[in-house]
Amino acid sequence: MLEIEIDGKAARVPDGSTVMDAAQLLGTYIPHFCYHKKLSIAANCRMCLVQVEKAPKPLPACATPVTNGMKVFTHSALAKKAQAGVLEFLLINHPLDCPVCDQGGECQLQDLAVGYGNGKSRYGEEKHVVVHKNVGPLISMQEMSRCIHCTRCVRFGQEIAGVMELGMTHRSVHSEIMSFVGRSVDSELSGNMIDLCPVGALTSKPFRYSARAWELQRHRSVSPHDSVGANLIVQVKHDKALRVLPRENEAVNECWISDKERFAYTALNSDERLTQPMIKQGGEWREVSWNAALDYVAHGLKDIAKTAGGDALAALAAPNATVEELYLLQKLLRALGSGNIDHRPRQRDFSIDGKRVGTPWLGLTLADLKHRDAVLVVGSFLRKDHPLIAQRLRHAVQKHGAEVSLLSVAVDDPLLKLHAARAVLPSDLANALAAVVKSAALQKGVSVPAGLENVAVDETAERIARSLIAGEKTSILLGNAAQQSADAGHLHALGLQLAALTDATFGFLGEAANSVGAQLAGALPDVVQGGKGNARQMFEQPRHAYLLFGVEPELDCANPQLAVAALQQAKMVALFSAFKHTSALEYADVLLPLAPFTETSGTFINTEGRIQSFAGVARPLGEARPGWKILRVLGNVLNLPGFDYENSEEVLRAAGIQAADAGFATGLDNRLQETEVTVYPKPQPTNALERIADVPIHFTDPIVRRSAPLQATADAALPTARCSAATLAQLGLQAGQNVKLTQGQGSVVLPVAQDEGVPAGGVRVAAGHALTAGLGDMFGSITVERA
Amino acid sequence: MAILGAIHPVLTAGLNGAVDNNSGWQLKDYVARGGYSVLKKILAEKTPPDEIITVIKASVLRGRGGAGFPTGLKWSFMPRSLPGDKYLVCNTDEGEPGTFKDRDLIRYNPHAVIEGMAIGAYAIGATRGYNYIHGEIWELYQRFEAALDEARAAGFIGQNIQGSGFGFELFAHHGYGAYICGEETALLESIEGKKGQPRFKPPFPASFGLYGKPTTINNTETFASIPFILKMGGEAFLNLGKPNNGGTKLFSVSGHVERPGNYEIPLGTPFAKLLEMCGGVRGGRKLKAVIPGGSSAPVLPADVILDATMDYDGISKAGSMLGSGAVIVMDETTCMVKALERLSYFYHEESCGQCTPCREGTGWLYQIVHRIENGAGRPDDLALLGDITANIMGRTVCALGDAAAMPVQSFIKHFRDEFAYHIEHKTCLVPKDVQWAGSGFHKAAEVR
Amino acid sequence: MFTTETLQKFAREVAKYPAGQQRSAVMACLALAQEEKGWLAPETIEAVAKYLELPPIAALEVATFYNMYDLKPVGKYKLTVCTNLPCALSGGYHAARYVQDKLGIAFGETTADGKFTLIEGECMGACGDAPVMLVNNRRMCGAMTPEQIDKLLEECK
Repeated sequence: MLEIEIDGKAARVPDGSTVMDAAQLLGTYIPHFCYHKKLSIAANCRMCLVQVEKAPKPLPACATPVTNGMKVFTHSALAKKAQAGVLEFLLINHPLDCPVCDQGGECQLQDLAVGYGNGKSRYGEEKHVVVHKNVGPLISMQEMSRCIHCTRCVRFGQEIAGVMELGMTHRSVHSEIMSFVGRSVDSELSGNMIDLCPVGALTSKPFRYSARAWELQRHRSVSPHDSVGANLIVQVKHDKALRVLPRENEAVNECWISDKERFAYTALNSDERLTQPMIKQGGEWREVSWNAALDYVAHGLKDIAKTAGGDALAALAAPNATVEELYLLQKLLRALGSGNIDHRPRQRDFSIDGKRVGTPWLGLTLADLKHRDAVLVVGSFLRKDHPLIAQRLRHAVQKHGAEVSLLSVAVDDPLLKLHAARAVLPSDLANALAAVVKSAALQKGVSVPAGLENVAVDETAERIARSLIAGEKTSILLGNAAQQSADAGHLHALGLQLAALTDATFGFLGEAANSVGAQLAGALPDVVQGGKGNARQMFEQPRHAYLLFGVEPELDCANPQLAVAALQQAKMVALFSAFKHTSALEYADVLLPLAPFTETSGTFINTEGRIQSFAGVARPLGEARPGWKILRVLGNVLNLPGFDYENSEEVLRAAGIQAADAGFATGLDNRLQETEVTVYPKPQPTNALERIADVPIHFTDPIVRRSAPLQATADAALPTARCSAATLAQLGLQAGQNVKLTQGQGSVVLPVAQDEGVPAGGVRVAAGHALTAGLGDMFGSITVERA
Repeated sequence: MAILGAIHPVLTAGLNGAVDNNSGWQLKDYVARGGYSVLKKILAEKTPPDEIITVIKASVLRGRGGAGFPTGLKWSFMPRSLPGDKYLVCNTDEGEPGTFKDRDLIRYNPHAVIEGMAIGAYAIGATRGYNYIHGEIWELYQRFEAALDEARAAGFIGQNIQGSGFGFELFAHHGYGAYICGEETALLESIEGKKGQPRFKPPFPASFGLYGKPTTINNTETFASIPFILKMGGEAFLNLGKPNNGGTKLFSVSGHVERPGNYEIPLGTPFAKLLEMCGGVRGGRKLKAVIPGGSSAPVLPADVILDATMDYDGISKAGSMLGSGAVIVMDETTCMVKALERLSYFYHEESCGQCTPCREGTGWLYQIVHRIENGAGRPDDLALLGDITANIMGRTVCALGDAAAMPVQSFIKHFRDEFAYHIEHKTCLVPKDVQWAGSGFHKAAEVR
Repeated sequence: MFTTETLQKFAREVAKYPAGQQRSAVMACLALAQEEKGWLAPETIEAVAKYLELPPIAALEVATFYNMYDLKPVGKYKLTVCTNLPCALSGGYHAARYVQDKLGIAFGETTADGKFTLIEGECMGACGDAPVMLVNNRRMCGAMTPEQIDKLLEECK
């Protein structure tokens, strides 16, 4: 520890601290632009110059290491003169356009200029002008003359996003921040650069000119778009969300959010919003009152339950519905005698339903991810499925030398240095993981688990096992593709075995914002012998009535063909949706306008089990209503007991969600009650091509799918059929050709593209996209022929 | 042949007048002049590195690149016993206006630099080195590569040098047009394949240098001096010069003298004597001013410099810096405003753009001086220039800020009347018909 | 993109640096690429970046930072005339003016026949030989009197 005195206040700081660290500890503000606690030190803006006793010249607080007994003066005449001098330099070429600048009112340069600046500039020369740049639909670089060259955006790309897309070219006053000759900035974390920019050089393109900072009300919220549950500030004007920013929470999202979370709100103000209940009568859609709509649904449900039994009813909810909504939905359904409810539309294998000890979760806290020595990620499109988790792992690799390995169905560059990586066909993923388990047993010198005797151990498996054994803090994480694969149960069991052998934590990279909460709320089917009510069975064995809650089956289900066929034959389909989902107009009978997360209160439980309740930030649009209220009233109309909640907090209490310590849910446990012995290697289907489906980042839920700016990004490019060169050659195809892809009864035509990250025999075709909604299972056999 | 009239030459001994551009530089020539004998002896006798550093310290060799930091002391900072890679880097990125001595060392005596580096590497425990050569002297970059090939073939660099078990790999890296890369940490960034933006210090290269490893960087002339110092002994080298200013030094004399060129003279030689060796002021004109240490050093008026001696302390006493030993001589036909304008333009264009005071301040300085030169000066411009330079000096990441500020301050300090005249009369104090006459070319009217 | 010879030269440059530090060769490779192509088009810079496994923008940063790289096409002969103070004191401006008049172009321009591009240069570290000119980044010419300039331009014809 070192002792330091800043402006007469004493502090003790750890060795290696800088003067800026010490100042922050003491709560002493030192003006700065380039310094950012999450980025490397650049010391280029020179705004933080302070006086240090015995130093002949002012020193930058951000880059000056504390020495024992150091005395620092941040407001002495010398320090003030140095700071004022720097500020004058920053302003000489900075345009005087604060009145029309989007950053106005929340600009660090503006604030400091008011604090230090003279009323009149001494700069009588011409100001330097920098041409604007176009870097895509999200970041505006329209007024680059405002840039003060702090390079925060550049460092963010290099250090946090893991990809350098912006750089500072040229030199001297000609220095410019730009992308490589007119390229767009495509990182899924790019919007954070807007927050980092201390001036109005990088601004939000969708937000531009829509409001002044001081006109906006700031409300806290929680992201519904992935399982991290990033904390948000939603800025609202006239009940309209106009901007979304990260709310700093070091334990959850630090100070970052993904672009999806930042820009998805644009869909909430779109024309596609459903603002009035609607009923289809005689093939015609009519806007009706809530009373009429709920009566219709209640009658339908009651009639069907009476005539065909409760089992003829089924409900499928989105895994990013709130705990309150999910609790009431399952309560309602069960009260009508049906246990057919699920929140896992993309899941294929339900073999371990009923065998879980508790609720599956990440297995460790998000914050702990940064301190891992070794991590194995199984079956994941890591960077796009979980941008902020990928960021934490990137940090672990860059800063702590963590060894992160990936065993998956395709290797997309996660923008972090992988210790080992292997892509196998979905049907082979369990075999590949079994090889790691066996290798771990062999390396530990313990007996090989039963069933693995005949597994061949490959070099990658050995390398992964070695790294998990050697590391002190290690984790095994199953990603979306693992959870959605036909072998999800096997992968779960193998993961547990590997974790036990290597003393690693085991867990899941939760699929959606409330995957954990949905389980705790009971949005799971009754487990009966042979099963019949889960997200797949409810379509395999068609029902008479369906309640679809926040899902769009042709985009959200593991097998859209199956789902749509069942829905088309149903007597009644009621869709609870924030949007006028056009495909549903065909098979649905009732549309109930559901308030999205900004317009309802509710709770999400993130993948680490953190309970995060939030309030609505705006009044529901039109006749849209919070889901918990719709379900409560529906319960009332149905005369069901126990549907008289006054507010969402009561619903949450009724759901029995209990916080253990620090706001984490109880009952989280990834163990299985029993594990049957499975013999590996499992036989591989021969000669069949296998589909490998990711859900592209901007197609994961109904909101992001409708965000115009997100849909204009590179991440929203039209789907292609991607195969390795070997597979292309085997099929006699060339990249760029159109091919006809067929699964079951459906086929689609897409261009084929070469992708060496796809294993041989695999065809990667995205799910969640209208163009591929005609296909079948995300991970199933597929045929490819020239179109 | 550019090395003329040297007295007691050391680095250029045996070269003066003996070679043309294309001979005399090769290994055989250097060996004939006694080259590589020191390296061989050290390796054969396994001289303890500390002994070498002691001799260098005794010689009071001060860094020849500009800062004048004692070389022996710098070498002693290297954590020699620390395991892992350590690097030795030579700075031949000679771009300080007025300086062209290292170019001649590479041209005439490249093996002295190589031998000096090999000895240095042995002394500090480095196993890999780079010589960063100014991009504009491409032909000499190629010559240095050829000399490296010779040295490698003869076993003076590479693995297991002279069977000693000591290995030192040495390569040439060329610049491509950026003055700032002469700054040692910018140079390291440049070798790493980045923009030449200086790093903030601490950490210093001895602890965090090339690729983050301990690194020592010295100037070409510093390295070239090493074999000679070890051959003659530290004391003897020191005695060539004067106390605290050991040895001989190359001075690059340019501007208004009869015979511009490099002159190797003992430190402590009076300026007047150097001027005489150069044949005096061109055309017998009157001396007006001299920048004694490269363009960044404060300019000195004739009467001050004529009383000064050419060594670190002597020039410092006179109010400037010896710097790289680049002596820019200006006669009475020189317009000091125009001269400063050109220098200010240079610093403005060469600022790396990284830190605010330099990026913004150098441009502001240039624009004001440019206005004054072009008859658009304002009454408070000189005060403003003073303020701006004060706001740049000591506030930047590297020394370029100071380098841009010092000429402005010193030109105005010593030639204030000339600047004031420009501002008041919108024209030059030096009559149009004599302006530029010192250049030996045409008339002022022909300068655009 | 590049000739075998250029690629061999790339490899030779990369070999100068420790394993994994191939990025260090970016300056040399860009210079070699420019030598082959005449100037550095964006696709050339990107190809060099790809060869060295660094982000294209990082290579662009380098290409725009060092002023001997040409980011626009130049004439067959690029003449860089130093006008910095030491050269200017010995006729740098005069030499520049002489070449400008002779070629009929200003600094930064290329002759209509595409033969010559004229650049105002900074200190080349050859002040004793002033006035100094650099031909195509490679050949340094000193003491450029009008006669010498005439001779040089004649040679380039």
